[in-house]
Amino acid sequence: MTSPLQQKIKITGPSMVTANRTWDGVVIYRTAQQGWSANLSDAAIVRTSDEARTLLNEATADDVGAIGPYIAPVELKDGGEIKPGNLREHIRSEGLTIDLLPVPA
Amino acid sequence: MYAYDELDRTLINERVSEFRDQVKRRLSGELTEDEFKMLRLQNGVYLQLHAYMFRVAIPYGTLSSKQLRALARVGRRYDRGYGHFTTRQNIQFNWIKLAELPDALADLAEVGIHAMQTSGNNMRNVTSDQWAGVAPGEVEDPRIWSEILRQHTTLHPEFSFLPRKFKIAITASEHDRAAIKVHDIGLRLYKNAEGETGFEVLVGGGLGRTPFIGKTIKPFVHGRDILSYVEAILRVYNQYGRRDNIYKARIKILVHELGIEKFAREVDEEWRQMGDVGLTLDHSVIEEVRSRFSYPAYEKLPHMPDELKQAAHDPLFERWRRNSVFPHKVQGYSIVTISLKPVGAPPGDATSDQMDAVADLADRYSFGEIRVGHEQNLCLPHVAKRDLPQLWKALDRIGLATPNVNLVTDIIACPGLDYCSLANARSIPIAQELTRRFANHDTAELIGRLHINISGCINACGHHHVGHIGILGVEKNGEEFYQITIGGRADEGAQMGTLIGPAIPYAEVADVIEDIVEAYLALRDRPEELFVDAVKRLGVEPFKERVYATR
Amino acid sequence: MPLVKQGRITTDLFVHVADGAELPGDGAILIPAARFLEDPEGLLKRAGKVGVIWPNNRDLDDLVPYLGRLDAVALMFPSFRDGRAYSQARLLRERHGFDGELRATGQVLRDQFVFMLRAGFDTFEVKKDSDAEAFASTAKSYSVFYQPTGDGRLTALHRRMQLRHSESAGQ
Repeated sequence: MTSPLQQKIKITGPSMVTANRTWDGVVIYRTAQQGWSANLSDAAIVRTSDEARTLLNEATADDVGAIGPYIAPVELKDGGEIKPGNLREHIRSEGLTIDLLPVPA
Repeated sequence: MYAYDELDRTLINERVSEFRDQVKRRLSGELTEDEFKMLRLQNGVYLQLHAYMFRVAIPYGTLSSKQLRALARVGRRYDRGYGHFTTRQNIQFNWIKLAELPDALADLAEVGIHAMQTSGNNMRNVTSDQWAGVAPGEVEDPRIWSEILRQHTTLHPEFSFLPRKFKIAITASEHDRAAIKVHDIGLRLYKNAEGETGFEVLVGGGLGRTPFIGKTIKPFVHGRDILSYVEAILRVYNQYGRRDNIYKARIKILVHELGIEKFAREVDEEWRQMGDVGLTLDHSVIEEVRSRFSYPAYEKLPHMPDELKQAAHDPLFERWRRNSVFPHKVQGYSIVTISLKPVGAPPGDATSDQMDAVADLADRYSFGEIRVGHEQNLCLPHVAKRDLPQLWKALDRIGLATPNVNLVTDIIACPGLDYCSLANARSIPIAQELTRRFANHDTAELIGRLHINISGCINACGHHHVGHIGILGVEKNGEEFYQITIGGRADEGAQMGTLIGPAIPYAEVADVIEDIVEAYLALRDRPEELFVDAVKRLGVEPFKERVYATR
Repeated sequence: MPLVKQGRITTDLFVHVADGAELPGDGAILIPAARFLEDPEGLLKRAGKVGVIWPNNRDLDDLVPYLGRLDAVALMFPSFRDGRAYSQARLLRERHGFDGELRATGQVLRDQFVFMLRAGFDTFEVKKDSDAEAFASTAKSYSVFYQPTGDGRLTALHRRMQLRHSESAGQ
């Protein structure tokens, strides 16, 4: 894995850092308080590539607590609400898009 | 059924202890994720979008009712009450906690199930025909050889860090249900002119980014030599397979770059130099393994029992029987395929309750045995024909009597972007929509045998290349698009499908498939001409025209 | 980096000689393959033990003529994932009969010990102290083996056949 310190980071819009929690795999978001939260609404939002790099470096330093942190886009609604910025993040945040068994009649 | 002995049990318990220690070291920070990743992968643990995914091996697709109940229990206790059967005779759980994984593995070890080498760059679960041992006309039970290979490939000291994953499949029937031509090594068991058991060995098949049909490297390897020959292939691959580029690391690329003749010469040279290194399988050794497979005490039963004659008046039963019941090598018995493709459901999923119920039915009607096929369906391999009506009613009650085996709604699909961190697009909702479009069983029966395979990315876990209709999800500017291929097949006549044209957006996929099917119905020269044969006769043009003329 | 030899943490008597570095007058040396092959006869004549560090992508054929006179061969694990040296180790031990020190060097972690022992390694340049300390217990973590290798451990199949014979003899 390339260290994020060496990665070129370029963001084009508001972004957050997300990962999975080591002990149970749950989706987590890096907060502004240098911790993690399972709620996207708690995510620290970054707007420049420098901010993004700093947030990712902080997140990556916590190798015991989180796996595979990366930067992902978000959409900011007028009321300040944070929404996932793409389908993949939508699925990670909101869950499956499908019906499971038993199939509803 | 193969019965584990004390040695097999000891080994998987030792593996569980080792993994428990590795998980402990990971959670305490003694192991970094970078170091731990390879270790967890070798125990079937992936990280997916929402959580860890846990893949458990079902060697050569055979399960006892006790084992299926243990899988149901894992689903209930450690997951969300269901599991997903894959195209390689594995089952996956999608929501497992790393901290609880050692306990789940320990529970499975109690019934002789493990997750060793279900991922990672090693020799994966050895797969075989789900009808092994019961199919009429089979040369002999390929599971004996599968088990010999399972043992030999488990924790192999030389080949646990190969350039890339390595998959072996075995068939002993003329009709290949194990897709051996799209495996790294495919073994076709047959008897030579002298009546000796051996194998045609194929190498270098595979799907993914660069699909290849396997090539015959040796037309006949005697059964007693099969381990040493496989060992020679692996040694050549381990040393010369590419390690500089993950997409070029499979053996198929090495075989392609060297050419099959040169590769075969390398293997032969290695095999010759190897000499006798304790891998020769004497008759007594094969019999030792064979002796630990138990076979049912079949009764002498009539070909056409009264129960079946009476039930034939029920058109719903008859439809299911015609579709899901297959000839058995013993008179009076049948093989029953249990479709895990109900209309509107994720292909290959089963709830823990369904697994328990199937285990009970297997005890009552199939000598306690269940099989798992690469089409993501289950199978009861020894059902007395007189029990078929009762079994059908019981399956129907738990939602497992959908009469769509081998039909257009018997879709193979990978988990896709709903679960998988590699996926570019969703697979399951496409499958679900298609099953709703073709929900009318009469229409599906009219269409006849038609395999639709869906993959959510180029890694091709849904085997889209070899679907009669293949659907591959790709991403274009943040949107889900799908490439459609037709004319692929995975059996003894394996071939890759042909792309019909530009990718189409998510919302149009079901319409396009309907168009293709309608075109086929209009073009087939008689009802018996299967879709895939019509494509072979006509080429892709007429289908392409139909799809793109109005788009 | 701790060295484990014959199951115990021990002092490394061999000195790794880098490419271009001056050769010590005596004492045991481990020397890179390319440099060794420039003047094998000269090097093998010097006082002190000689071992060669053999890359995992180089054919063993070039090394085989000298095996009888070498005290050690070190095989390389550039990463945990790269398993080429397991094949080289087995070939050296089982095909070419090398009975000197067979050393694993590079990314050597606890979780490979059993595989390496089975492939014929007897000496390990271990990355982490904690792994070196756990060597003895890790080496014993498995008692059942399915594959025959040159390490002489009995395979499961062999044990089953023995059991079968003793059972039938007892009848």
